[in-house]
Amino acid sequence: MTTKKMAIIATKGTLDMAYPPFILASTAAALGYDVQVFFTFYGLQLLRKDLSNVMISPLANPAMPMPVPMPVMVQMLPGMESMATMMMKQKLKKHGVATLEELRDLCLEADVKFVACQMTVDLFEFDKSEFIDNVEYGGAATFMNFAGETDICLFV
Amino acid sequence: MNFDKEFNARGMSCPLPIVKTKKALVDMTSGQVLKVVSTDCGSVKDMAAFAEQTGNQLLAQEEANGEYTFYMQKK
Repeated sequence: MTTKKMAIIATKGTLDMAYPPFILASTAAALGYDVQVFFTFYGLQLLRKDLSNVMISPLANPAMPMPVPMPVMVQMLPGMESMATMMMKQKLKKHGVATLEELRDLCLEADVKFVACQMTVDLFEFDKSEFIDNVEYGGAATFMNFAGETDICLFV
Repeated sequence: MNFDKEFNARGMSCPLPIVKTKKALVDMTSGQVLKVVSTDCGSVKDMAAFAEQTGNQLLAQEEANGEYTFYMQKK
């Protein structure tokens, strides 16, 4: 049996959108898939050693369930983002959902390959030392090389 | 049912029961049985899907008091 392959493009850097790539990548790896995740634009935030800046905002996010209805004017006040992030993290913990760091480590342990988009690393002037080790750098063609042979290819 | 190793997945949510079941199987030998206890109702379908895709055999499963117990035999 040939090994199945999955590729994911991770383009978002908020807490809610950080979960799907790591959940799917770690699960696919557990199922025996060969997995690559290509991080580009805001998705690059997910490769930083320190993930404390990965936050969730209720602003412009009307689908986010809130304990009490909150007018947009209130959502834009300073500190609301930190508060929403703290509440979300508490909720995740209460429900036994792994932290992003834990899921990312599980991916690395399972040999999921992380590729950072060189162009956006340069564009946002990221310092590679901010990123975890085990990251490769490449461009669209590098991604296509792998993605072209995958069974599942997702854009998140 | 007899088993060789037990993995406690109580309190864990998707995808941890599956990802860590896979990890628990790594140092076991072919034919050995892993018992997994989970409180995540989603793991019922996920364990079956895991078995189907990895070739490990789900010998039995039971549910009692909100706990789901699986017996997975390593391929």
